[in-house]
Amino acid sequence: MTRYGVVLFFTNSSVMRAEKLLKKAGCSIKLIPTPREFSSDCGVVLRFDWTDCEQVKAILDTAHLEIDAIHQM
Amino acid sequence: MIYLDNAATSWPKPPEVLKAMTDVLELAGGNPGRSGHRLSVAAAREVYNAREDIASFFNVADPLRVIFTANATHGINIALKGLLKPGDHVVTSSIEHNAVMRPLRSLEKQGVRLSIVPCAADGSLDVRDVVRAMNPRTRLVAITHASNVMGTILPVAEVASVAHKAGALLLVDAAQTAGIIPIDMPAMGIDFLAFTGHKELQGPPGIGGLAIGENIDVSQMEPLMRGGTGSHSASEEQPDDLPDKFESGTLNLVGIAGLHAGIQWVRDRGIDTIRAHLKELTLALINGLSELPGIKVYGPLDTSNTVAVVSFSVHHKRVSEVGLKLDEEYGILCRVGLHCAPAAHKTMGSFPEGTVRLAPGVFTTMDDISTTLRAIEQVIHS
Repeated sequence: MTRYGVVLFFTNSSVMRAEKLLKKAGCSIKLIPTPREFSSDCGVVLRFDWTDCEQVKAILDTAHLEIDAIHQM
Repeated sequence: MIYLDNAATSWPKPPEVLKAMTDVLELAGGNPGRSGHRLSVAAAREVYNAREDIASFFNVADPLRVIFTANATHGINIALKGLLKPGDHVVTSSIEHNAVMRPLRSLEKQGVRLSIVPCAADGSLDVRDVVRAMNPRTRLVAITHASNVMGTILPVAEVASVAHKAGALLLVDAAQTAGIIPIDMPAMGIDFLAFTGHKELQGPPGIGGLAIGENIDVSQMEPLMRGGTGSHSASEEQPDDLPDKFESGTLNLVGIAGLHAGIQWVRDRGIDTIRAHLKELTLALINGLSELPGIKVYGPLDTSNTVAVVSFSVHHKRVSEVGLKLDEEYGILCRVGLHCAPAAHKTMGSFPEGTVRLAPGVFTTMDDISTTLRAIEQVIHS
């Protein structure tokens, strides 16, 4: 069963904004180095519990945070 | 020692600012937004939190529209050179610092048309003169919020209204006002706000910013520099995302942490309290100087519309001589000369000699002002 998902953002500032918003909403998240299989960008991605996927998407959408992709891990 | 050069850089800094700067290096000293380890992420968090607090300080809704720069000059250059193209017309005032004037003069050589609206000798600007200077090609009005030479505050909101009616944008140089005068970007109609960290925002030198209004389409702007941003790393082209478009290269993390702490300190103390204190000191300086023989005080003689800057000259004495005596014999530190603003000195009639400039700060006391006035009186008679 899939345990985690990751959100890839275009910029680091978006990651920081997303982290604050999702933490505030009580989501269990962690910033981790970007897995090479997902993106060639440097920096970090936001890992979340896959069970929270819909909530995470909704929060990011409400905040108009542009995301690159969401992947399962 | 009495430090009266706060218009050049504020000193001393609040202890909280120094602590924030050492703390960030020790506890969050990675490269913000580059690597994925904890120190890099901690640094990126500090940068983002600072961005958010600065945005809220100037009432900017989107923190990503706050660009970190080295100083106000850097932010002004990003805006002017990013926006203006040959054939565009730009309007400015006759009391500008060279931070605005030099990039404009350079752009003028590249085909940008420049109109300089004359201010009165006390620095005041008649908005009707701005209206007259506008034309259909006017892309931007670029003005200082307050003169660094005589302290006069310009009517930014009224100029914004004139600019917008003519279809132009407004850039404001807030080097002398951020931290002393409340600045609400959308309410005042400011499209670009350039500020520096090391003056009344109480931060260290080497950090400042450019806040960009919500309605500005940055895809039409050229970045001043291009380089690594930690984003879109597979591409060899500069990204259009904010703030990355205008923030190539590793950020000044220590400066950002210091500026952040400085802004929090200003908030805690209260801008109104700070301004009231500075007004009291400035008025005492103006009144005291006006009573001394052989002294000419420039700029407005009341403090209803000024920041804490007082310029004067002494009859038959070079300003450099006055400055040197105050420093060496009395331990009073000020700045003499042209203050990087030849246009302002021409406007108030003190070019090319310049003036002695006294600029009290938040830590200046009324005793400091009395001591300074006594010292100046002795220098006059020496």
